[in-house]
Amino acid sequence: MMGEIMKVDRRDAKLALAHIYVAFTALALGGLAGLLQTLVRSGKFNLPAGISYYTILTTHGTLLGLVLTTFFIIGFQFAAISRTAGTLSDRVRFWAWVGFWTMTIGTSTTVFYILTGQASVLYTFYAPLQAHAGFYIGLTLLVVGSWISGFATFAHYARWKKQHPGQASPLLTFMSVTNMVLWLVSTLGVAATVLFQLLPWSLGIVDKVDVLVSRTLFWYFGHPLVYFWLLPAYMVWYVAIPKIIGGKIFSDSLARLAFILFLFLSIPVGFHHQLLEPGIKPFWKFIQVFLTLMVVVPSLMTAFAMFATFEAYGRSKGATGLFGWLRKLPWGDARFFAPFIGMVFFIPAGAGGIINASHQMNQVVHNTIWVTGHFHLTVATTVVLTFFGAAYWLIPHLSGRVMTKAMNRLAIIQTVVWTIGMLFMSGSMHFAGLLGAPRRSAFSTYGNSPQALEWIPYQIAQAVGGTILFIGIILVLVIVVNLAFFAPKGETEFPVAEAAEPQERVALAMDNWKLWIGITVALILIAYTIPFVDMIQNAPPGSKGYKLW
Amino acid sequence: MHMHKYEKIWLVFGIGVLFAFLVIVGVSAFAEGQQPPSCLTTIDPEKVDQTPPFDKPGLVKTGDNEYQLNIVVHAFAFTPNQIEIPKGAKVTINVTTKDVIHGFQVPGTNINMMVEPGYINTLTHTFNKPGEYTILCNEYCGAGHHMMTGRIKVVEK
Repeated sequence: MMGEIMKVDRRDAKLALAHIYVAFTALALGGLAGLLQTLVRSGKFNLPAGISYYTILTTHGTLLGLVLTTFFIIGFQFAAISRTAGTLSDRVRFWAWVGFWTMTIGTSTTVFYILTGQASVLYTFYAPLQAHAGFYIGLTLLVVGSWISGFATFAHYARWKKQHPGQASPLLTFMSVTNMVLWLVSTLGVAATVLFQLLPWSLGIVDKVDVLVSRTLFWYFGHPLVYFWLLPAYMVWYVAIPKIIGGKIFSDSLARLAFILFLFLSIPVGFHHQLLEPGIKPFWKFIQVFLTLMVVVPSLMTAFAMFATFEAYGRSKGATGLFGWLRKLPWGDARFFAPFIGMVFFIPAGAGGIINASHQMNQVVHNTIWVTGHFHLTVATTVVLTFFGAAYWLIPHLSGRVMTKAMNRLAIIQTVVWTIGMLFMSGSMHFAGLLGAPRRSAFSTYGNSPQALEWIPYQIAQAVGGTILFIGIILVLVIVVNLAFFAPKGETEFPVAEAAEPQERVALAMDNWKLWIGITVALILIAYTIPFVDMIQNAPPGSKGYKLW
Repeated sequence: MHMHKYEKIWLVFGIGVLFAFLVIVGVSAFAEGQQPPSCLTTIDPEKVDQTPPFDKPGLVKTGDNEYQLNIVVHAFAFTPNQIEIPKGAKVTINVTTKDVIHGFQVPGTNINMMVEPGYINTLTHTFNKPGEYTILCNEYCGAGHHMMTGRIKVVEK
């Protein structure tokens, strides 16, 4: 990790910032949709002007799950590779802008069809509910744009390798490349179902669709998607946080190994989302449950590395006793505090994930609001708080400004507000889910069924939590706008830590992409070939499209 | 690759616990038959009403204290939606849909299935506690999704 270029080039900064602006616009709109949902579900509020709950739900899921994340991650990664592997070449930057505009046009198209009520199919868009073709075309552009950005990233990495023969790539660049490989391999599934199934079908070129094949291709993508969200958070944890607190990266090679393990193990696992559906033999479901739970291994490595870094730093500052080092951490620094709270939330979130992925326990919670509670801990807390924490140095670094003490204090308050809001909302979602309350449903008492009446107090708690979270969104938007446009001019560091022990030789061996992609493909073929052939050979008659909203 | 001694201990312990967990899940699945619902039977979703047993949906007695409950699901209803089951009965529930994807869930029990066009899904449950249970759809299926409901009454014989 040589810090030869300390400042991201202005032209690259502009590129990264453009992505971040779209991401936070999506947060504003998607967050408002989220607030309205929790209010409707409390049973005390009706949407005005005949707006459908499910239109709002589709807006929320799409803007926050697909748009906020993808744009923030790609913007962050362009800044990261520019910072650690040198300024982008004009050609790479040109294609990165092509990727950005393709994604932005795609997003606008999709959001237009959602808001005009022509695509209330939720962000999972399960066939045979059939959205307007424009919805699928927009999503296709979003994915294709991200591929262009992915290839731009690979081109930049290849140029660095050529200029630095026999050296291990910079850690952040290596991590960004791993995440884009994961993204490209996994989006092949969703691209296949949209291009070959849903688009021809919504345009009326074919009249029937194979629902199970479509779902399987979707979930082949749908789980690695969450690791595409998580890995950039891990980049911040592994590389930026040690520098922010003043420590070192625990082990460069082990960090790389963890990322490669995520690449192997996050893709051949989609069946754990399909445990309760017909058409897949239980044996194959179990294989993918097994592979899913293997992801625990790199997660354990990451947990160890983080806390080892914290403890080593605290002890170097003279901390004593078992937990004395905790007191030495910079609690007043929002760049540390927000991601740290994210890490803490990842402990219950990970435990909930093990429950969801388990062959039998999933039966109890499948499609209940427990699942919604789970991913509001993982994505909407662990990942998002880490992204907020990163934004607090990334945006001023890119905009040539500094975060003031007042803004830092506001960011600390923001994190506390988020924590309280999420404890209310996600906590009550978990409890209501255990009692059987369904996810993705508008307010209903199911004909005054005594069971449904039990869920209502939890739904009111969700609305309280949702309202607090919305205040959190307003606060973060204030900070982001300040850092981008109004904060005092100055230099802000893009923190990149050094490894405690440089391990060039091992790190170099980690750049063996032919081997890593080969193993990934082999695992995918093992997990999917036979059940997929089965699905096609024993396929039922296809389904025509339905527009039931 | 160099690995810290404490990290080795942590990983050996963690991975050990993980494998113990997987063995429990595996034994429960393959030795005790606790598998999630899966039924590889297909059906033409447009001919559900003409295909047995869904041409006559409802509860059928198949043996001593054993029943089959055949339910047709469509937007936005379950047919039938008022079912009376004797306490202690072992009921095999078969469901299929005539249109889009639905869920079939009875909160308070482990009855939870995805219902997908073209497939029959099935699950066996023994109703040991008398009382009223709610049936609901837990997969978004359209504007009336949250109105889909039914009742199972478990009664003393």
